Amino acid sequence: MRLEYFEMIDRVVGLDRAAGTLRARAVVPRESPVFEGHFPGHPLVPGVLLTETMAQASGYLLLARCGFSHMPFLMGVDKARFRSFVGPGAELDVEASLEHDGSGYAVTKAAIRAEGKPLCNAELRFKTMPFPAGLDGPMRERAATIGLLTEEGLPQAGLEAGLAQPGLAQPGLAETGLAETGLAETGR
Amino acid sequence: MSDTFDRVADIIAETADIPRDTITPESHAIDDLGIDSLAFLDIAFAIDKAFGIKLPLEQWTQEVNEGKVPAEEYFVLKNLCARIDALVAEKAAKV
Repeated sequence: MRLEYFEMIDRVVGLDRAAGTLRARAVVPRESPVFEGHFPGHPLVPGVLLTETMAQASGYLLLARCGFSHMPFLMGVDKARFRSFVGPGAELDVEASLEHDGSGYAVTKAAIRAEGKPLCNAELRFKTMPFPAGLDGPMRERAATIGLLTEEGLPQAGLEAGLAQPGLAQPGLAETGLAETGLAETGR
Repeated sequence: MSDTFDRVADIIAETADIPRDTITPESHAIDDLGIDSLAFLDIAFAIDKAFGIKLPLEQWTQEVNEGKVPAEEYFVLKNLCARIDALVAEKAAKV
């Protein structure tokens, strides 16, 4: 993660476009200007940045599902809960699930865990619209950096099978009690 | 139609915090009820879930913006409800 650049997702480790789920990894940096103010001598990742992390995971899920035809912009955050402190060096497992794929909008649920322990979760809503001029390229470039696309901009072969990679297993939203509405979507 | 209207009116009242008794079949969601685009997407989500359909908002928006269809066709509630009924019937016919 590079908090000050809003690069919240380090690596996408699982994708199931049909089921509408994405899993990603993110490691909180040991040092960041963010920690100078939040809080002096007691560094914690702000809840708004955890929300952004969940939104980005959801956004990449939506981008993967639509083949980068539309850009999701966050338009709502519901039922956000921050259950534990997150400090420097924390290794985060981020999961996003599509709850509803509407026309011109989408709804996701997302959660972050560390070592299996739930840290936060929220329901997120996105407006989806054609890419504003000039944004498509940088988004694809970032998607390639985190392994969602190949360097050629194609869907990452084997990523969807990556759900079964040893050592990458983590509990699904259903196991955290977040599946009551049928699971998840999000975004900006 | 009346059942659909009652369900839609309840959704609008709850989602947009509008007094239920001010919502009529003749109400224009935007001009009369003051629902903005963000609130309308919340309402669309609730309608999609309640009726098990997918309101084609992108298509409707494009048609209105291009002047092909007057906004009243989609945003006056009795017309919106008629379109919901049609989408529900269309979905049922596919099953």
